[in-house]
Amino acid sequence: MSTVLTAVIVLFLLAAVFGIVLGYASVRFKVEGNPIVDQIDAILPQTQCGQCGYPGCRPYAEAIAGGDAINKCPPGGQSTIDALADLLDVEAVPLDAEHGEEKPRSVAYIREDECIGCTKCIQACPVDAILGAAKQMHTVITSECTGCDLCVEPCPVDCIDMIPIETTPNTWKWPEPPSPMQLIATDRGRGEAAAEAH
Amino acid sequence: MSKVFSFHGGIHPPGNKKRSTRAPIGKAPLPKTLMIPMQQHIGGPADPIVKVGDTVLKGQLIAEPISRISASIHAPTSGKVVDIAAYPIPHASGLSEECIVIEADGEDRWIEHQGLGDYTRLKRVDLIEHIRGCGIAGMGGAGFPTDVKLHLSEDHIVNTLIINAAECEPYITADDMLMRERAHEVLGGIEIIAHLLRPSHVLIGIEDNKPNAIHALESVLKHTELNIDMVVVPTKYPSGGERQLIKLLTDIEVPSGRIPADIGIVCQNVGTTAAIYRAVHFGEPLISRIVTVTGDAVLHPRNLETLIGTPFSTLLEACDLRPGALSKLVMGGPMMGVTVENDQIPVIKTTNCLIAATAQEMPEAPPAQACIRCGMCEQACPAELLPQQLYWFAKGREFDKAKHHNLFDCIECGACAYVCPSSIPLVQYYRYAKSEIRTEQRDQQKADHARLRFEARQARLEREAAEKEARRKARAEEAAKAQQQKTAAKDDTSVEQASAATAEPDLKQLKTAAAVARTKLKKAQKAYDEAAASNADNLAELEAALNDARSKANEAEKALTAGAPAATEGGDDNLKQLKVAAAVARTKLKKAQDALKNAEEKGLDGVDKLRTTVATLEQKANEAQQAFEQAGKATTPAVPEEKPAEVDIKALKQQVSIMRTKLKKAESALEGCEDETEKARLQVEADELKQRFEQATAEFDKAEQVLIERAANSGIDLKQLRIDAAMARAAVTKGERSLSKAESDDERSQIEQDLVAARAKAEELNLTLSQYE
Amino acid sequence: MALIRLSSPHVYKANSTANVMRLVLIATLPGILAMTFFFGWGTLIQIALACTLALAFEAAVLKLRKRPPGFFLSDGSALVTAILLAVAIPPFSAWWVTATGIFFAIVIAKHLYGGLGNNPFNPAMVAYALLLVSFPVEMTRWTSPMTQHGGGWEIAGFIDTLQVIFGSVDAGFYDSFTGATPLDVLKHRGGLTTEELWRQSDVLTNGVGAWYAVSAAWFMGGIFLLSRKIFTWHTPLSMLVALFLTASAFYGFDPDNYVNPVVHLSVGATMLGAFFIATDPVTSATSNKGKMVFGALLGVLIYVIRTWGNYPDAVAFAVLLMNLCAPFIDQYTQPRTYGHNRANRGMKGKNQ
Ligand code: SF4
Ligand code: SF4
Ligand code: SF4
Ligand code: SF4
Repeated sequence: MSTVLTAVIVLFLLAAVFGIVLGYASVRFKVEGNPIVDQIDAILPQTQCGQCGYPGCRPYAEAIAGGDAINKCPPGGQSTIDALADLLDVEAVPLDAEHGEEKPRSVAYIREDECIGCTKCIQACPVDAILGAAKQMHTVITSECTGCDLCVEPCPVDCIDMIPIETTPNTWKWPEPPSPMQLIATDRGRGEAAAEAH
Repeated sequence: MSKVFSFHGGIHPPGNKKRSTRAPIGKAPLPKTLMIPMQQHIGGPADPIVKVGDTVLKGQLIAEPISRISASIHAPTSGKVVDIAAYPIPHASGLSEECIVIEADGEDRWIEHQGLGDYTRLKRVDLIEHIRGCGIAGMGGAGFPTDVKLHLSEDHIVNTLIINAAECEPYITADDMLMRERAHEVLGGIEIIAHLLRPSHVLIGIEDNKPNAIHALESVLKHTELNIDMVVVPTKYPSGGERQLIKLLTDIEVPSGRIPADIGIVCQNVGTTAAIYRAVHFGEPLISRIVTVTGDAVLHPRNLETLIGTPFSTLLEACDLRPGALSKLVMGGPMMGVTVENDQIPVIKTTNCLIAATAQEMPEAPPAQACIRCGMCEQACPAELLPQQLYWFAKGREFDKAKHHNLFDCIECGACAYVCPSSIPLVQYYRYAKSEIRTEQRDQQKADHARLRFEARQARLEREAAEKEARRKARAEEAAKAQQQKTAAKDDTSVEQASAATAEPDLKQLKTAAAVARTKLKKAQKAYDEAAASNADNLAELEAALNDARSKANEAEKALTAGAPAATEGGDDNLKQLKVAAAVARTKLKKAQDALKNAEEKGLDGVDKLRTTVATLEQKANEAQQAFEQAGKATTPAVPEEKPAEVDIKALKQQVSIMRTKLKKAESALEGCEDETEKARLQVEADELKQRFEQATAEFDKAEQVLIERAANSGIDLKQLRIDAAMARAAVTKGERSLSKAESDDERSQIEQDLVAARAKAEELNLTLSQYE
Repeated sequence: MALIRLSSPHVYKANSTANVMRLVLIATLPGILAMTFFFGWGTLIQIALACTLALAFEAAVLKLRKRPPGFFLSDGSALVTAILLAVAIPPFSAWWVTATGIFFAIVIAKHLYGGLGNNPFNPAMVAYALLLVSFPVEMTRWTSPMTQHGGGWEIAGFIDTLQVIFGSVDAGFYDSFTGATPLDVLKHRGGLTTEELWRQSDVLTNGVGAWYAVSAAWFMGGIFLLSRKIFTWHTPLSMLVALFLTASAFYGFDPDNYVNPVVHLSVGATMLGAFFIATDPVTSATSNKGKMVFGALLGVLIYVIRTWGNYPDAVAFAVLLMNLCAPFIDQYTQPRTYGHNRANRGMKGKNQ
């Protein structure tokens, strides 16, 4: 009987000690991680285009944190989905075509002699990348433009074009070498792969 | 003699250098046209300061640096600038960049230039400025603008100057031949650099496979007072890599991510020293360099003094290319050079070698096999990396891990790929990973920036909304106070009021009534809109309420309008009132239209009802407008007529554009629709919309016509005209676009008709415009 | 003129995986010859059988995986695996033992993990361990070297051996040609001191010389590979040194109960393991430092398992255990990169 009692007491004491240690550790070493919404928002491309069905990236980040699907952001494309899947530890799924498809990045360009100065595009631009005043010619600050497309539709005279950003030697990317599985990876194949990549 | 240390790894590829050292340095023929790229070095591109058609002299400045890390560019020969446009440049991407194209006149006339004489008497800054003005950039590797390096002694303690004469890459002999034939220039350049940087000693690192160059240098070194040591290092690739050479000569490692100057060392290439010599003693800018032309596909491999901008084909011809034998054209050495696809690509300041290789000489790489982790790459890597791990991570897109394994310390020397038994294109994997990481970083920066801007805008909008709300509240309070006062006053002077009322046929009262009715209408409208948006059940009820409110408002307003003309004093007020009424009616109309659009998009039930509402509102808006116009005519006939017309036309224009959008939407819905009945319904809707659109367009056109006529009479509103023209053009393009999208023939012919009309209109407008302009 | 763009470098050393494997195959020749000389035709027959089966299995799996068989077969890695397994199993093993082993090595241990370069365990050793566990009797009956048969020194004839391997087993014949290995004898000593054992056991007094010779042959092959820079000295040397030191320590402490370190180095699969198995690059540590750690731990493990484990020879188990540790060793033995003060340790996020 007394053995049982000893065992129980010892176990109890052990449990108590570990409990205290763990409790202390959880308070002492608490990680001040930034909230998941911030982390998600950091991954989203911040194009603010609303193609995901939310008025901007942050609302979508909130929605994802609330359990929405991660494959609704066309500008981010597969890489964003992968990063999100990685962060949230869920399966990476292909982009939901309903929200659009991944397109090359572009910037808006206003054909300035046709602009009537209606300011409608300014109101549409989510990042204030358009400069202008009523009845004055407007122009896009290229470096600020996220290429979200939102200013194109409101323009009454249709003078805004989305121009794909061109690759320059400075922004050119080396293509990934063809995988060793593609056996016909001769010199020529590699060269062509390199040529295709821009 | 200094001691030679060693660095980890390295390989011994066949040198193939002898063949191009047999003949002395020759002079490359002057090509007909030279193409001078604006970006020949790392840093910012240069900005052209000449125009197409300008005549330039040899050595004349044709492009200026636009940033600190950038170099000037000079005309390599005299001639005419025939083009400034994008042409293929020698870059691994094979892309094009801005080039100045000069057509040589064959005279090769120099611009006036002279040396600085005794440069030691000059201020150091001025001397460096002169070198910068001559466009000197590193001639070995990346082409780093030299003046930046010469400024280094200002904020670093430079105690060692290393002259890189190792030239470790196979095939290349440009530096070798330069040292053999122009050792004094090299020495002169070293003296200038040493004067600027004041190092305590100078080391020349040279590989032991260049005995002639060593000999030539030794004989000139006898004549210098400088503390110069020539260190002969064993031949091993890549001993010419800056960091590897520093390790070889000093046994110090340059910390990762820092520059040699941080540890008191500055490196210069021998070619650069000679260029500095010529710039300082003769005032010659960097417009030519020595290029080794070699490879099995040329019959006479040799070194040629070549003008910057000379196309590769000229050099190849000068060395007797066997065109059939050529299989790869490599700019630079076989280990780090880039292949080019086009022999019209020009020589730039960093082009030290051109290899025309035959298929036997540089055979196709065998297909890559799996990495067997043999570790040969690791044994060869001069940066002491784990190439096989980097490869693994790059292939698996685990860029974070690759970075952690010091991917960015890889100098892309190619030693690993050279030894890899599985023929894996390792270097390409690293380049791929590096550019992915860089792009990611760029994108991340951009995204962060966009987020900030987005949040700032969001905050601004909120603030504005709050301010508006506050203003509205304040107004409401004031109004309430005024009301109170008024009622108080009314009680006191009711008799007076009564008498006044007879004099002034209760216009005021009417006005208030009308206002109240309007507010009610507004409220009802709002409720209705909301309900419509949320597709509530009580839509019909609300609709009834809305109609009720509307009729009341109408009545009130009618009464007001009726009463207004009678009022003589309140005429102006009245007019204003009417104007507001008209505007309000228009806004309402617009709102209803928006709701309609919304509803249509969502396919709600209340669409038809809403449509009628829109129609009535339209009518009402027109009525209000008419009333206003009449009143305007009645009271102030002097008011210029354009004004109402202009207002009108704007509204019409808006309507047209709205109709157009709606039509477009309906059409796209129609396209996307699959269900037959649904399609038919949509078709009907679209037709209706089209009709309305046409109507609106016609109305608009009419109004516009009137406007134009009036404009013609009373001075032309050119701007308006111009805008109209733009709109018409836009309509044409829009029509064209929808034409290309159209599917059925019917539709197409329909759109074609529209298009013809739109085109005619655009032309007409353009014509009018041109008449006035 | 059709020029193309490629990434540098544009020249390559004449060197290929097939070449590496070919050199390894050449290096196994002395060992194979020695084994044939001392243990009879069995070794050669097993090798022929194993190679044929290995190529067949490899080709079949490649077909299933939709890879061009010709290209991958030519890398020779299947042959190396087959030979290593064939020399590791007793020369008189029945054909189905070999077949099972090869199937397991090629199909399960190699291709199910993704083929050459992706297998975490040495295929030959995985197969060997499986066989040892599944067929302990067959796997521990080693051919007696140069058995005294009817008076003179002789080995089993070619036809007889074929019969043993492919046909009915004549128990008497089988027994007369097989016996325990020296390690076996040393293990199951039954209370004798090493010294006594050595004097009493026929296997030890007569047979151990053959084992020494075979080990010497493997050693020669290893030195050849080393001289051709197929692998570096780090793994074999550290393994042999570690094994020697551990054995010496125990032997010096209690010579009666523990075995002479020289014996440890020269019997069993020590030399084969040190030069041909531990150096398998795919499954061992990758940096020089890592290889030293890998080899040293391997040496200690071999001694521990040999001395206190259940199975007489321990190379296979020790290698498999170390294969398991290789990625971990890699994490902590990254070389210090040029320009860095110290090496990275572990994965991302640590010590950064
Ligand atoms: S779809 Fe547009 S708004 Fe939505 S998350 Fe992506 S970039 Fe942001
Ligand atoms: S300018 Fe246009 S495309 Fe660019 S961010 Fe603004 S709204 Fe988007
Ligand atoms: S040399 Fe090639 S096969 Fe060998 S470890 Fe390096 S990448 Fe792998
Ligand atoms: S290319 Fe990079 S990884 Fe390969 S050997 Fe050179 S420095 Fe090392």
